[in-house]
Amino acid sequence: MMNRTQCLQMLAPHLTDEIVVATYSTASEWVEMSDRALNYYSFGAMGLASSHGLGLALARPERRVVVLDGDGSLLMNLGTLVTIGAVAPKNFTHIVWHNGSYEANGGHPLPNREVDFTTMARGAGIANVRRIERMEDYEAQLPAILSEEGPVFVEMMIEQGPLGPRSYEDMYKAERRKRLREALGA
Amino acid sequence: MNAPSKVAGVLHGAPIIKAVKEAGVSHILSVPDLHTAGGLLTPIRSDPDFQLIRTCKEDETFGIAAGLTYGNKRALILIQYTGFLYSMNAIRAIACEHKQPMCMMIGLLSKEVGVAPQESKKFGLRIIEPILDVMGIERHYIDVDEDVAKIAPAIMRAYENSHPVAMLIGRKPI
Repeated sequence: MMNRTQCLQMLAPHLTDEIVVATYSTASEWVEMSDRALNYYSFGAMGLASSHGLGLALARPERRVVVLDGDGSLLMNLGTLVTIGAVAPKNFTHIVWHNGSYEANGGHPLPNREVDFTTMARGAGIANVRRIERMEDYEAQLPAILSEEGPVFVEMMIEQGPLGPRSYEDMYKAERRKRLREALGA
Repeated sequence: MNAPSKVAGVLHGAPIIKAVKEAGVSHILSVPDLHTAGGLLTPIRSDPDFQLIRTCKEDETFGIAAGLTYGNKRALILIQYTGFLYSMNAIRAIACEHKQPMCMMIGLLSKEVGVAPQESKKFGLRIIEPILDVMGIERHYIDVDEDVAKIAPAIMRAYENSHPVAMLIGRKPI
């Protein structure tokens, strides 16, 4: 099992002009670790991070969009895999942190902790699919994850992270959204 | 105010599509709706001016539309009223609380001709306008060709002021 905090720390220095869409628990860590103008925080409607990311990828094909999704979140919007598979944006990387729990909702388990997202993504029509369980594999594959033709889907097998109240409103505050719009020239 | 409804009249799809283009919409996000499938979705799917994104459930369209908005693209969400009801939490969050310009074209499937939505015999249709009102979402009733003139200004206003708008398709477009 990997540790999400360590994985995110490893991801941060690889990023340049990518748009990162983060949601719930991952977003809480990401905003403290890498508070970039090109961060987009998906809150309020759990499950839609990848949909937000798809919209950004369609609007900005010149930029890579990296979605940092949760396993519980993705389960709330499984159809998104089929939509992404059909649209097939070349600039899209979808990373799903699989810890088998609704971490943002108190750490209760998923209905089936052993759910296989990799198989589901492949079945949904996404060809570039990988499941990573060890840090050394993640480190080796990270450049490809961020540069190969998308859509790229990555299931990251991680241990459960910290629980507790998070300030999602702070992440979605107007100044951050304005900063993103300015960075995108929108 | 309840939307009025006329027995006489017709609603054509072509001027609706023209109005959507005039408003600068480049992406159509849709789950097929029997009410608008023939008159709108069928011509849209072969229209080179639009990129049609077919989604599996309606709430996906609100996330996609928000992402497109941040990337400076305009989208129309084309769904049935049942899909609107399904998407309530996404609309609450993205359209209302986050004040994103979600432009919804909502088919009122099986609404009786000449009957206002709130006077329909169908419970699901009667509640649509009151729900929009309580959520503070601007709404327009598109039932005959004369109503189509409301569409482009409504979409443009939504993007200029960053607020949601709903256009309720009363009569089946032909």
